[in-house]
Amino acid sequence: MSAARTEELTPSPVFAPAPPTRRRRRWTRLVLPGYSALVILYLMTPIFMIILYGFNKTGHANRVTVSYRWQGFTLDWYRRLLEVPDLTAALKTSLLIAATSTVVATLLGTLVALALVRYRFRGRGVMDFTLFANIAAPEIVLGASLLALFVTLGVSRGLLTIFIAHVMFNIAYVTVTVRARLHGFDRSLEEAAQDLGAGPWTTFRRVTLPLIFPGILAAALLAFALSIDDFVITQFNAGQQTTFPLWVYGATRVGIPPQVFVMGTLIFLFGVGLAIANIVLQRRRVS
Amino acid sequence: MRRRLTRSAAPYGLIFPAGTWLLIFFAIPTVLMLSLSLQTGTVDTGFRMTWHFGEYGQAFSQYHTYFLRSLQYALVSTAIMLVVAYPLAYWIAFHGGRHKSTYLLLLLLPFFVSFVIRTVAWQFILSDEGLVLGTIKRWHLLPANFHVLATTTAVVAGIAYNYLPFMALPLYVSLEKIDRSVVEAAKDLYSNRRDVFLRVIVPLSGPGIFAGLLLTFVPAVGDYVNASILGGTNNTMIGNIIQTQFLVNADYPMASALSTILMGAMLIAIFAYARTLGTRDIQEYV
Repeated sequence: MSAARTEELTPSPVFAPAPPTRRRRRWTRLVLPGYSALVILYLMTPIFMIILYGFNKTGHANRVTVSYRWQGFTLDWYRRLLEVPDLTAALKTSLLIAATSTVVATLLGTLVALALVRYRFRGRGVMDFTLFANIAAPEIVLGASLLALFVTLGVSRGLLTIFIAHVMFNIAYVTVTVRARLHGFDRSLEEAAQDLGAGPWTTFRRVTLPLIFPGILAAALLAFALSIDDFVITQFNAGQQTTFPLWVYGATRVGIPPQVFVMGTLIFLFGVGLAIANIVLQRRRVS
Repeated sequence: MRRRLTRSAAPYGLIFPAGTWLLIFFAIPTVLMLSLSLQTGTVDTGFRMTWHFGEYGQAFSQYHTYFLRSLQYALVSTAIMLVVAYPLAYWIAFHGGRHKSTYLLLLLLPFFVSFVIRTVAWQFILSDEGLVLGTIKRWHLLPANFHVLATTTAVVAGIAYNYLPFMALPLYVSLEKIDRSVVEAAKDLYSNRRDVFLRVIVPLSGPGIFAGLLLTFVPAVGDYVNASILGGTNNTMIGNIIQTQFLVNADYPMASALSTILMGAMLIAIFAYARTLGTRDIQEYV
């Protein structure tokens, strides 16, 4: 409507679009947004299911596993969240691994990003390709070859090997994320600090670090999410240890307790909360 | 003089910790897997290097159906993802307006739910007594012997669902980058909407299409979670075989041979990609 009006007001261009196409356009204009809404809805469907099944009553009194059928609304599973000891232990393991591997991977990955953005050096291309191959390689190959190393060295699998694996696959993601933020970085700010008498360390701590901190934070969030979610590489290197995704996978054969869906919901809400907080924080920084 | 020395050593100091970690736990293991595939022995007696290439012959003769099946599933699901994701990415990039970042967050939302739980949720949706299929069946809109779970459809749909954002995001990035004045120019030169799309927009989004194909096809070939949660006994993929050989049977040489073959095929794809389009591009998309 408003488009048509501006066309009337402004001097009409020499080649005005032919009028008959306009009617068809109005109809097709709804197709693309409608389609996009449907795809996004489709992406959300399992999330709705997970939230919903966290409130589903179960039929059996003794075997507390979720049933496919909808049996009525209950808040029981939120109240009895930690009543499946193995599941709680698995979740704790996942959180521990995610926290420790995130710290280490973020530190190592950020250093690489700094090196790659600011220096031209021999071996840069090799590092670049290694990061690329690490991201592009299928998870099953990463997991299997790491297991081959531990088998050859006779290292028994457990917490430590899971930690090693998670740092290994997270470094590349951290580097790529931090580097993306470093690209628009204004070097003259650092030079100004040094002209004002700041040493290299002070410059880094007071100027560089605060500027790239949002990038590091985003990278750490990504690393944490990837770690807590990882299944394939973890399964290959876990030995007898169980993480949250491993436990859920094992439970698919015998029946899943509703607490799994409650935990899934809580992790989801926590992640969404962090993501929104990150966006808000960056908006505020920009303005 | 001294200053120059520290300067040139600095990047090596920065990459040393991560470089060492990746060398020991990523690069060396890859070579080691190759060597393990040529050894013979059992878990109890230990493995010795015998340069035994027999595992490879056996891997091909015994498991070629699983390789082919994985390839098929990955090809079909990747094609589905491209067709489903392209219009969505196009819409967000060209008509997203102020809410682009919101739509992108919506696209990433499934990642906040664990991969395994997401797949389990599909099991619940597709199950015969589940909320969706069960309800439709109770209304007698579908025959009672209609099943989705434990079929090829379920596995391919599961893969297509789980990796869809990996297709949509690179597509979005490449579409977003297209200079709008090029599109305007095509219109000024009397190109109709179909030609603008097919001859300007699609070719310019080429890098995004390639990145999306690589980022979804590679994990899809090696996937075994969808096949084992959503599939039946006829849907076993090569990933399931590798997983079983490694973790259940502890037949390390055979498992290593299988994953070396898988990795070799992937490496060719990755290398071809890196040669034609460079490694820089893909890093922008992840």
